[in-house]
Formats: sequence, structure tokens, C-alpha cells
Amino acid sequence: MAAIRTLGLRKVYGGTAVLDGVDLEVARGSVCALLGPNGAGKTTAVRIMTTLLRPDGGTVEVAGLDVVRRPRAVRRRLGMVGQQPAVDEVLGGRQNLVLFARLHHLDRRAARRRAGELLAQVGLGDVDDRPVRQFSGGMRRRLDIAAALVLAPEVLFLDEPTTGLDPAGRRDVWDAVRTLVAGGTTVLLTTQYLEEAEHLADDVCVLDRGRVAARGTPRELTAAIGGDRLELVVSDPARAAEAAALAERAAAGPAGGRPRGGARQAAPGRSVVVPVDRRPGVVGDVVRALDGAGIDVDDLVLRPTTLDEAYLRITGHARAEVPA
Amino acid sequence: MSAVLPPVAEDDLVERLRWAVTDAVTVAGRDVAHWRRQPAVVLVGALFPVLLLLMFVYLFGGAMVVPGGDYRDFLVPGLFGLAMVFGLEATMTSVVTDATRGITDRFRSLPMAPSAVVAGRCLADLGSSVLGLAVLVAAAFAVGWRPGGAAEVLAAVGLLLLLRSAFLWMGVFLGLLTRDPATVTAVQVLVWPFAFLSNAFVPASTMPGWLATIAEWNPLAATVTAVRGLFGQPVDAGGGWATEHALVLAVAWPVVLTVLFAALSVRRWQGLSR
Repeated sequence: MAAIRTLGLRKVYGGTAVLDGVDLEVARGSVCALLGPNGAGKTTAVRIMTTLLRPDGGTVEVAGLDVVRRPRAVRRRLGMVGQQPAVDEVLGGRQNLVLFARLHHLDRRAARRRAGELLAQVGLGDVDDRPVRQFSGGMRRRLDIAAALVLAPEVLFLDEPTTGLDPAGRRDVWDAVRTLVAGGTTVLLTTQYLEEAEHLADDVCVLDRGRVAARGTPRELTAAIGGDRLELVVSDPARAAEAAALAERAAAGPAGGRPRGGARQAAPGRSVVVPVDRRPGVVGDVVRALDGAGIDVDDLVLRPTTLDEAYLRITGHARAEVPA
Repeated sequence: MSAVLPPVAEDDLVERLRWAVTDAVTVAGRDVAHWRRQPAVVLVGALFPVLLLLMFVYLFGGAMVVPGGDYRDFLVPGLFGLAMVFGLEATMTSVVTDATRGITDRFRSLPMAPSAVVAGRCLADLGSSVLGLAVLVAAAFAVGWRPGGAAEVLAAVGLLLLLRSAFLWMGVFLGLLTRDPATVTAVQVLVWPFAFLSNAFVPASTMPGWLATIAEWNPLAATVTAVRGLFGQPVDAGGGWATEHALVLAVAWPVVLTVLFAALSVRRWQGLSR
């Protein structure tokens, strides 16, 4: 059974459909990444799935329960981590978790015990009594995640959990998510970072302007966009454009295959990226063609398409924010 | 995996009511924990009306003449009322802060009673007003003010807290309305003319006729006049209908405002899911 299932999910604001018929199915125990630029509808989708917003159309089931008809039952089975850490800045880490545990209706003793377990679970076991305001970004995020885990939710929603974190903080969060998934929790996370989706997700769903633009495993998505990329570095920047055209034609092969198109110079300079279909002898063909034209090649790498490139092809526009 | 999920009767009405109360107390307990951690913040908040008391008694008081009594005795009930009005900012700040920091959304995603978010705020803010009032009363005692009998004092405190609850709900509504902490500053500024346009500091009868009418009908003025009456202290002798019926207005105004803003707040709260 699916942990999350949406069918024709719609949300309209002032005549504009923020979500325009989104179908989504997330298998139990898997990690699904909702990927998309700012304004794609990711946060709106998560807010509907976590009972914070009512949909204008379609159905949404979380843990097998309808979120509109049985919000309270759904809330007992989900954990939500919003875009910013929603923890009390004045209270300490433990105090925060006891508060949230009490609001999950654990009694005083159980709440204290659960707070201790959760702190240990997210690696804050040795945190002292200092106010959360003095925590690092990564620590705050982990506490925030712990607060969403009080009842060991079946489904955990993470809305851009690593936005604004330094690399160490991001690693902390990824580790915490992996541990949870190993314990059987279903995770739906939204992200603008393809790297994050590649690292964490079993499935990726690309949202663009309120619609599902593509879905599949990270591998499937990249494969669908087309095979591999040949990265060349030529000695003479003046001949880079010529090299790109030549390489593209050579990569298409002697059997009259059509050039795939999309060869480009990554930047004005010596580097050229050529999309190629993987076939025997393709690298040799390209090298020979360039050699024949007297273009010196300093470096050459054949690699799979990155999700980043796939994303660009799917949505037809660059992402709003490029990860550093 | 769901081993910690305690059993609940989700749709049992009695059970839900019980949780609504328990959750509200838990939410209010968060404020109590804040006070414990930041006693200085609490102290500064409580001492501000005391500062006003000292200023107006010793700095301006010498030049103030009120009909039928001492200016200090006239002023103290005015400051009690004013302290209740100041609560508006405190409530609004808390509501806006929780909304902008995502705490409100976290609460809304929890299996707790939704009403407890606001009910807890009310409990905490009323509690802090009682504390603030106690500090102010102590300060008034220190400068020589003396109230009437115990029953009258209790009735006066009741009227003051009723006024506080009106401004509490106004604060909840305004806090839910805005997402911008800068709006709180604007409200803070507006509270002053509202407070001065009453009989809290000077008798309305000393103002030009039309201004006196506005000042008299100010909800703050109704409570202040009623409290003065209860304490047996100088009231505004030359007042009109509103002054003569201050006790009625001191109940009617807050009740009307509370009902109005509570209804608006509920609507606004439901609107969060839209």
C-alpha cells in the first residue's frame, strides 16, 4: 500500500492554479523527492498533505487516510518539518521536545523519556540546557526533525530541510534522514538541490508550475533525458565551438545516426559538453574526428547525464537557485 | 514502528474537551517556562507602568489638579487600565512571532486540540497581566495609594481583566492578520493616542466638548471610571452619560469587543487552511 497517494490534486490561488492535477504515489518505506524551482508548488503540496491547507480538488491520502476527512488521525501518523526550524528559541532542546511530546498527549514521564530518546536519535544526546537560540543551524534542524518524530510517524515530510545550511549541517540532516529510512519511515522531501535528491531519494518527482513534469528514479530520469555526456577540454579556446560541432557529428556515428543536438560550451573557454549515446567506439570516433581536424584535446571524460542537466531539459528553464 | 502511539478515542467528545483544556495549559506552560528563563524581560515589562506611575505622580503630578481629590488617587486606576491596554502589544507580538517562526504551523500539524493554541495564549497572557497588575498595585501602595474594601478590589480586578481579554482577542486577531513584525510597532505607536484620548491621565471634563465625548466613550475610560468608583476615588465629576453609566459600559464594551474579535480570530484561524 502507498504511504502517500494524491489524485488530481488541485490548489488555486486567485484564479491561478498553484497545483494543477498532481498525481503522486509514494511507496511505504521509500524516499520521494519533490523537485522543482521556487513557485513550482512543492510547499503547497506538502502543506496540503500535512493537513495545513485544504485542497481545492482531488484527493490526498496519507498513511491510507484521507487528509480532509480525517485530519486528526492523519496528524497522529505524520511528522512535519517545515522550511524553517519551528522550535522555541528561548527554551532548551530537551524542553522543546518535552513540550511537543506533551502536545502529542504523552504523559509527563513518557514525554521526558521520549525527549531523551529523540535527542539521542538525532545526535543531540549530550546537548545541555542552553537555549536553542545558541544552537548551530544544523543542530537546530536536527532538533526540529526530532520534534517531528515524537510518535515515530509513518510518514515524515521535510520541506527544503537543508536550505540555508552549511555543508556540515546538510550532512547532519542527510544522516538523520537515512537513519529514519533505515527504520522504515516513509519520507517525502522537497528540495531545489538535485544533489540532495540524488543522495537521498528512491524516486524523484519533478514539479513544474503545478504539474508533474517527470518522475522516476534518479537513474531513470537521467537516462530518459539521454545517455551520457562527453566532456572535452580543447587546447585552443578559439576552436571550441568547432570542436563541439565536430564531436557531435562524430558521436552520432557513421551509420547516419542523427546528432542528438544540445552540444554546448559550458562557458566561453576551452570546455565543451557533448550529449552522446553510449555505443562501442564512440569515444574513439570523436577523438579521431577532432584529431583529423587538427584540434588538440587536453582532456576527455565520458560520464552519465547529471540530474541537473536532466532537470534543465525537463522543465525547459534554469532553476532559480543554483547550489553552490 | 508505531509502538509509541498511545491509544485515543479520537471522536469521543468528553475526551476531546479534556484534551482541549490539557493542551491549553501545556501551551500556556511554554510561556511560564519563558518567564523562568528570561526573568529580566518579565521584569522590564512589569516595571514600565511603574515607571509611568512614578513619572506622573512625582514629575507631572505637582501641576495636576483634579476635582474632588488627590491626583495620585485619580491616576492609579488610570494606569491599571492602561496596563491592560498595553497587553495588546504583548499578545500581538507573541502571535506574530509564532506564526512567522513556523511554530503555529507546527502546532497545527500536531494531533493536539487546535483551540489550545489560542486558548493557551489567552491563559498565559491573562496570567502575565495578573502578575503585572500585582507589581503595579505594590508600587501604588509604595507611593501611598490605598484602595477600598476587599470586595471592591476584587470587582475592580475583574473589570480590568475583562478589559484585558478584549485587547487580548484584538491582539490575537491582529497577530493572525499580519505576518510582518513591523506591524506590531505600528500598533505600539497607535496605542498611545488611544490611551491618552481617555480619562486615564486627566479628567475628560477638562477637554473641549467633542474631544471629551470621544474620551468618555473610550472603552479604557469606561473601565477606569468604574474602577475609580469601586475604589471610592475621585471620578470625573462633570462627566456625561457615559461617565454616569461607566459600570455598565465597563462590562458592555469588553464583552462586545471580546465577542467581536474572538469571532474574527476564529474566522482568520480557519482561513489559515485556505
